[in-house]
Amino acid sequence: MTTDVRTVPVWQGQIHMRVRSKGRGPAVVFLHGPWGPTWDPFLDELSRTFSVHAPEHPGTSPGRPDDAYALDGFWDLVLCYDELLAGLGLSRAAFVGHSFGAMVACEIAAACPYQVERLVLIDALGLWRDDAPIPNWMLLPHADLPGRVFRDANSEAAQHMFAAPEDPDARVMARVGLQWAMGATGKFLWPIPDKGLKKRIHRVAAPTLVVWGQEDRIVPPVYAQEFARRIDGARVETIERAGHAPHLEQPTAVARLVRDFLSG
Amino acid sequence: MKISAFHLMPHRELPADFEQRYESVWVTPPWWELADARRVGQYYNWTLDELLHAARSGFDGLCTNEHHQNAYGFMPSPNLMGSALAKLTQGMNVAIVKMGSTLPTSNPPIRVAEEYAMLDCLSGGRLVAGMPLGSPMDVNLCYGITPLEQRERYREAFALTLKAWQAREIFAWNGRYYQLANVNLWPRPVQAPHPPVWVPGSGSISTFDFAVEHDVCYCFLSYSGARPAKTLMEGYWDVVTRRGRDANPYRAGFLQLVAVSETDARAEEEYARHVEYFYHKCLHVPTPWFAPPGNQDYRSLLAAARNPIRRTEDPKTLRYRDFAERGYVIAGSPATVRQRLEEEVVKGLRVGNLMLLVQIGSMPHELTLKNISLLARDVLPHLRGIWENEGWVNHWWPAGLRRSATPSVAVAAAT
Repeated sequence: MTTDVRTVPVWQGQIHMRVRSKGRGPAVVFLHGPWGPTWDPFLDELSRTFSVHAPEHPGTSPGRPDDAYALDGFWDLVLCYDELLAGLGLSRAAFVGHSFGAMVACEIAAACPYQVERLVLIDALGLWRDDAPIPNWMLLPHADLPGRVFRDANSEAAQHMFAAPEDPDARVMARVGLQWAMGATGKFLWPIPDKGLKKRIHRVAAPTLVVWGQEDRIVPPVYAQEFARRIDGARVETIERAGHAPHLEQPTAVARLVRDFLSG
Repeated sequence: MKISAFHLMPHRELPADFEQRYESVWVTPPWWELADARRVGQYYNWTLDELLHAARSGFDGLCTNEHHQNAYGFMPSPNLMGSALAKLTQGMNVAIVKMGSTLPTSNPPIRVAEEYAMLDCLSGGRLVAGMPLGSPMDVNLCYGITPLEQRERYREAFALTLKAWQAREIFAWNGRYYQLANVNLWPRPVQAPHPPVWVPGSGSISTFDFAVEHDVCYCFLSYSGARPAKTLMEGYWDVVTRRGRDANPYRAGFLQLVAVSETDARAEEEYARHVEYFYHKCLHVPTPWFAPPGNQDYRSLLAAARNPIRRTEDPKTLRYRDFAERGYVIAGSPATVRQRLEEEVVKGLRVGNLMLLVQIGSMPHELTLKNISLLARDVLPHLRGIWENEGWVNHWWPAGLRRSATPSVAVAAAT
């Protein structure tokens, strides 16, 4: 899983965005969810066909926790990614996002429709229905997270995302890292993860694929239709035997879907 | 020493199986199942009467605070209570201590500056201005403030409040979170340059730094007594020394639960169930709610994860004797209570501004009055002089009230 790691200063140097990249081919930017950046088999699979760039959300990179304070809201965040894209030497890219990352990707696609070639939203946050409230994962004990995010808490994918290392110091750092990643992303979501995307989503012009885990216990699958209904021509793919992170629980199937869609 | 009576205004009659039946005492307890507005009116009146009794018995200050959506202590506006207390104690040597209005939940925060100024005018300069950051349950869960922004909002509101009290000219505040084009507070406080400021905390190291930097009184609000607070308060005093401030004991406040009766045995008879009610029901909150992600800054989070200071024991597994023995509550005869307060709290932690929680959980009105009377008569006079012979001045107390509240005859009568 060798990736190139580089740091791109943005926002007048207040934020140092760390980006992992791998592969050759058309550019794909992957935005991670609220539990922090990871490199995983899904991204490995995509990198066989594309240049995958996986930036770390401001504040979640090791050694830069206070970057989380530099941005005030989604407008700032979208502009920050605009600067990042320029810093990576890209004028356009396909965007794939998971959960919070999908919400960000969708905001970018709505704000800058000509920069986003194609859009993949995996179990996206960003909309709200009173009849299907989204539980606040930030108020759950850490021990309950694997079972809430994944269909199977004991799966390899769940263990990978919520690893608890044997070494006590590494364990503390993992726990603090997870908590801080939720804080740095949660800053843009608290207390209800609807920040007005519904007013802007009609601007999305990119062909869009909406991927949802059939057993998502964070954002119920009814939201897949909610996104599809608002984006012209969007297609929904429901993934069986998967929860809120289908790309990690069914990496081969989801990677194939996404690859075919992005190549189409 | 200055010794204040602290009151949370709890629900005193929660059902016996409350903690089994409900998720939490805070945020989600169902009002319609658990409370009755007329009965709650009685609680508010008892609370005011109990605090007034404390003032008349010789306590130096009366503390109320702000909490929301809970049965643990529901004074959403402590200033409403403070207003009644200021009027009822007109002319008395007693401070109105707000512990206090929560800055990040007041929008715009000059609302707090205004109400505090009103209280200072109304009381004739007897206000102590507590400026709490607010509990995560109140600020993040009930009032929807983003955890990662809470401290930043607090710091901005704190600076705005102090400037609004003191500025001679009308000014514009162009802040990150608050924008006000014409700040021109009416009224201004009586106390100059402004009322004494206390900052309550629960052990976060960034709050130590903040308190020392701004030269305010840091108050540790503990429900587990002085023993677990020892390391923490030593940390605070280290910061005080490192930053070149003096070791004035009045820089520190501490909240302690107390229950006094004629003898140790009688204290157990009278108070045991109320103490257990407090720890088993009033603190019944899911642990993660105390620390939503972002509420603690990264440095404090890391320090806390490496060096956990919070008690690891679950108070629900403890009974009265455990609470008393471990000092969660200092209970017993006047002799027991004054000795333990002096050794464990006042001298052990170097505390000049002591707050005593005089009404605990389900403690009924009559018993609360008794607790207050015994404390005022048989405990307070013995503690009051502790720092006096060292010559420290309590800069964090209203200047007009710094002389001892208790007439010397009371000390003579008690000794």
